[in-house]
Amino acid sequence: MSMVAAPSNDDVSRAEDPPRVVQPAWVRVTHWLNVLAVLVLVTSGWRIYNASPIFAFKFPKEITLGGWLGGALLWHFAAMWLLAVNGLVYLVLNIAGGRLRRRFWPLSLRQIAGDLAAALRGRLAHDDLRQYNAVQKAAYLGAIALLVLVVLSGLAVWKSVQLPLLRELMGGFDNARVVHFIAMAGLVLFTLVHVVMVAVVPRSLLLMIRGR
Amino acid sequence: MKTAPRVSTGAGVALSPQDQRELLKEAQALLAPAARRRFLRHGVTLGGLVMLTGCSVTDSDEAEHLLMKVSRFNDAVQGWLFDPNKLAPTYPASMITRPFPFNAYYSEAEAPEVDGNGFFLQVSGLVAQRDIWSLEQLAALPQEEQITRHICVEGWSAIGRWGGVPFAAFLDRIGADRSARYVGFRCADDYYTSIDMATARHRQTLLTLRYDGETLPRKYGFPMKLRMPTKLGYKNPKHIVELFVTNDYPGGYWEDQGYNWFGGS
Repeated sequence: MSMVAAPSNDDVSRAEDPPRVVQPAWVRVTHWLNVLAVLVLVTSGWRIYNASPIFAFKFPKEITLGGWLGGALLWHFAAMWLLAVNGLVYLVLNIAGGRLRRRFWPLSLRQIAGDLAAALRGRLAHDDLRQYNAVQKAAYLGAIALLVLVVLSGLAVWKSVQLPLLRELMGGFDNARVVHFIAMAGLVLFTLVHVVMVAVVPRSLLLMIRGR
Repeated sequence: MKTAPRVSTGAGVALSPQDQRELLKEAQALLAPAARRRFLRHGVTLGGLVMLTGCSVTDSDEAEHLLMKVSRFNDAVQGWLFDPNKLAPTYPASMITRPFPFNAYYSEAEAPEVDGNGFFLQVSGLVAQRDIWSLEQLAALPQEEQITRHICVEGWSAIGRWGGVPFAAFLDRIGADRSARYVGFRCADDYYTSIDMATARHRQTLLTLRYDGETLPRKYGFPMKLRMPTKLGYKNPKHIVELFVTNDYPGGYWEDQGYNWFGGS
């Protein structure tokens, strides 16, 4: 009769330890291509916004891309292809490969609340980078959702006549601009928090470059 | 939009449209390459710095070249996406933006004065014959009205009311080659642009002579403006004095500076 306790997930993973790839190449490549696309789209988008601001402010010229409206538009309508194609590849591989379910499921509001509370107290452990905690899962899924929203609202602004269903879904042409801006703001906020978190756990940056 | 150098023609100056074009071409060629407005303005921005170190990648010729290629690709995608049966939304008169904004690459005071008396629209290219049309002749054709949203590439929009000749009917009247690729326009303010034939024939494309029930005023494009609610504002030329049907890409005032040619909404 075996008195050995059934191995926990941690025990099993330690037994198989090196050098398993935690972030496969396709995850890393799509991640960094996305970084590039989002950077170009946001900074050129700010210059486009400045041409006719929705709110009572303009973005400082120094942080915008393109030099003038014509240039900003060129960048914006080029990078959108990178975002869309790269994003599609990421989603297809993630879903078809089962990684989305493995990494992001299960997820519950209770788990998120619990992990968030722990994080705010500085008690959220990050020993095993192979597992996403509940806050991470929520944040990354949220980022994906915001990217989908920013693309759809962008399409509604660009093609309000050719895509009437999308236009109406966004509440009309003028509203689509607002939705597009809000989705962008959400993404920028996510990015800020994400970068700070990476700075707090620098191993995670290595992970996204090396894969392990 | 900034003020551009103007080759003033004004009413009464005896330069044919052909001569005007030649003169403008000569003037542009004389401008030193360094003075030519680049598509990508110089300015090391955070975006540029972040992009790559040191060298100003975002201002380079290679970047500009690549971006223009993508813009051409976007023209093709938009052409494919364009549905001739999709209509732009129309609105009740109560929603007309009052006052309707003036917009041009010059101030309202500089808008061209065109004398309607003795004015003739020049028609040429792949049509039945070179011809001229007076405003009275155009007004005698069946007219239509629309209240649609004018969308500027800058992002703002305004709802206006235009009346004029359905352009598809006009193209048929002048015997335009339906298989031709472009319709080009020359304007009294030295503006010029061109559109694809599919959009030219769209049901809502109007060669307008009237704005909000009155003769098209100077500030909104007298003597005529091509109204297309399926395209952005800079594609809707005002002060049209000449139009032509062609298979040679005619370009456009903003398009030649890097704005997307199709410019469709």
